[in-house]
Amino acid sequence: MSEQSPISPARTTETTDAPVAGGPESPPGRPEPSRLVRVLFEGGVGRNMGLVAVLVLLAVVGVVTAPRTFPTVSNLLTVLTSASIIGVLTVGVTFVIIGGGIDLSVGKVMALASVWATTVATQSFGALVMIFCALAVGVGAGLVNGVLIAYGRIVPFIATLAMLISAQGLAELISGRRSQIVTDPVIAAIASTRILGIPLLVYLFAVVIAVGWVVLNRTTFGRRTFAIGGNPEAARLAGVDVRRHTVLLYVVSGLCCGIAAIMIASLTTTGSSTHGTLYELDAIAAVIIGGTLLTGGRGTLIGSILGVLVFTVITNLFVLNNLAIEVQNIAKGAIIVVAVLIQARARSSSTT
Amino acid sequence: MRGIVKTFPGVRALDGVDLDVAAGEVHCLLGQNGAGKSTLIKVLAGAHRPDAGAITWDGAPVAFGSPHAADAAGIATIHQELDLVPGLSVAENVVLGHEPARLGFTRPRDAEKIARRLLARLGHPEIPPRRELGELSAAGQQIVSMARALARDARLIVMDEPSAVLDPEEVRNLFRVMRELTADGVAVVYISHRLEEIREIGDRVTVLKDGRTVARNLPARTTPTADVIRLMTGRAIEYVFPPSTGPAGEVVLEVDGLGRTGEFADVSFTVRAGEVVGLAGLVGSGRSEILETVYGARRADTGGVRVHGRALPRGSVPAAVRAGLGLCPEERKAQALLLDEPVMRNVSLASLRRFARGGFLGGEAELADAGVVTAQLDVRPADPRRPARTLSGGNQQKVVLARWLLHGCTVLLLDEPTRGVDVGARSEIYALVRRLAGEGVAVVLVSSEVPEVLGLADRVLVVREGRIVHAGPAAELDEHRVLDLVMEGADMTADGLAGAGS
Repeated sequence: MSEQSPISPARTTETTDAPVAGGPESPPGRPEPSRLVRVLFEGGVGRNMGLVAVLVLLAVVGVVTAPRTFPTVSNLLTVLTSASIIGVLTVGVTFVIIGGGIDLSVGKVMALASVWATTVATQSFGALVMIFCALAVGVGAGLVNGVLIAYGRIVPFIATLAMLISAQGLAELISGRRSQIVTDPVIAAIASTRILGIPLLVYLFAVVIAVGWVVLNRTTFGRRTFAIGGNPEAARLAGVDVRRHTVLLYVVSGLCCGIAAIMIASLTTTGSSTHGTLYELDAIAAVIIGGTLLTGGRGTLIGSILGVLVFTVITNLFVLNNLAIEVQNIAKGAIIVVAVLIQARARSSSTT
Repeated sequence: MRGIVKTFPGVRALDGVDLDVAAGEVHCLLGQNGAGKSTLIKVLAGAHRPDAGAITWDGAPVAFGSPHAADAAGIATIHQELDLVPGLSVAENVVLGHEPARLGFTRPRDAEKIARRLLARLGHPEIPPRRELGELSAAGQQIVSMARALARDARLIVMDEPSAVLDPEEVRNLFRVMRELTADGVAVVYISHRLEEIREIGDRVTVLKDGRTVARNLPARTTPTADVIRLMTGRAIEYVFPPSTGPAGEVVLEVDGLGRTGEFADVSFTVRAGEVVGLAGLVGSGRSEILETVYGARRADTGGVRVHGRALPRGSVPAAVRAGLGLCPEERKAQALLLDEPVMRNVSLASLRRFARGGFLGGEAELADAGVVTAQLDVRPADPRRPARTLSGGNQQKVVLARWLLHGCTVLLLDEPTRGVDVGARSEIYALVRRLAGEGVAVVLVSSEVPEVLGLADRVLVVREGRIVHAGPAAELDEHRVLDLVMEGADMTADGLAGAGS
């Protein structure tokens, strides 16, 4: 920003009575909703009414088919706990996809971080070093992804696919293809700790969502993410450092992998190269049914989280009803197709 | 073609265009970038449906609903972006869509025979039909593209700037083939920016400007070059340009010996606070490249740029923006706007830091300030929450200007600020540019329209073939003089070629 600007307009004072509407899509003339409603709409709940409806529908199915086991507090916490790890990965992937990229490596970067953090050598330094190690591995992998993509000009799909494969290899090399048992009591205790009856993993998930939401919707970083995903050339000519920002997006995704690595190491009390297999596809699928454009520039974090919850509830319903796991995957595939079809219809009808 | 109209959201790309092409002639289509040439030939080729107007083919009215229909009628198009498949062989590309086949099995040897015959006819028997197309040079691919047009037995071939990638020898070859084709009664629509080529090969000329036909069926060889260029760049409607405002202040922008290999060289000029400097030149003269290099969007090979005496690092847009530069780029939609985002976010994009405390965006101030600048510029509709896509071209341009107005830049670089902008918004943009200069902003203006440069600028730099060939006060120039300077070289080449031909 220039100091000697002769033409900056006067900074207007903040007005709380400025007219507000329910997001950019709302037609003019609708009654003005409250600020809270507006914030939620902006954050994506409004755009994702369809997914909320699906969740409600699934809940009804659960209440009907498993009236004793589904509508219980403990089952709800089970669902949230099992959603938490893939959910944290999905937060990172949402950033990357809105920024116009893709990250295929999250599952195996998480596995690598879990292995590296649970070697005998690392564990000997205690829990803090283990946590630091997992985060550093995740950030390091994200940094490599980002630099290869932004400065090496490798297509994101290829760069992160290569990272997936080599992270898998490195994790196997370090662990000798064995599961490494978590002996550190602090790490082991993370998954079993409950505060006010709610597992710590669920709190962690909530914190990652909250931080992710604020960063995406309330910071310059988030705004620029939408800008470079929507039109990278326009962002560049408006003075955004697109390459540096791209690197940071993959670092965010890597950081989420590091957090998820601690969570999975604690939940399973192991670090293993087999953790996180195909998690990247579940995460991407959740982002897509959450309404984020795979081409970038549009999307919501809330939608991605709803997508994760839809998948997790489906799994939960199948388990509670003793149904075959294979059928469950068919159901997930069908949901992806239906969700994207509905969104495409909704978008074309709203733009014409 | 009569009264062809084609509108895209926010733009009227074609606004009543006429084109007559006779069998056996080379009909040249002239016009600046954005005049509607490409849209017109896409309508002709069936790729776009016109909103109004009629196409008569062989005396009967036709409506080509698809490229396939135009193809079946005997119209082949050689597009500017080559529409070939790099992974297939030369022969496979030549017969693409019309593969010789029996019972669904392709007959590669027949295809090779066809390709070999056509390539020989085009004077390139040395191109092996089995070679993978992607391995050929750009010129070689152009030849294959032509062979493909010939393979259709087309009766009308549209060539969109085929000579851009060819060297002089190959252009001569192309012209020889074109003469053979026209002698056989094939009609050719030829698009080129090079006037000397049009003199040599063309029979008649149609000139487009702002989506309208400004001249039809001029004789290609005898129409004076100055008339043709005036038709392309001149203006039918006279605009009132606001008067210049007082003397200029201290030097703000210094460009010294700037150059990029193959684009422009040794460009030096200064701009003072409150001064508007216009860059005049033909398309391809390097004017946009100079502007983008000053801005850091292209990395300079030689020379440097200084703002308020401080040197800018080469090739860094963020540094330029921090130093107070702002660019309204030539291609508004592709280079400046986030079309799906609300106007307000488009406006605030370059000024996010102002609305952020520790990286966090406050919300209300951003909307309010964006509302203030868009209201100042009278952006319509006056709702900063509307997606930028829904605005007209003129209002979209105002949104880009509002971005830099909000940012508060001291040097404003404008590349074709009024292209695709309707009459009313034009005057508003002129007034705004003058007002900003009056408030002490240094403005550099690139425009294809000579009257616009002369009317708006205090000083004019004329760019030809990547060099500044003239610099002086706008008051000392008139349209004729600028046109002479702009095309001195082109004129000479045209004379030279005409002399060699006779």
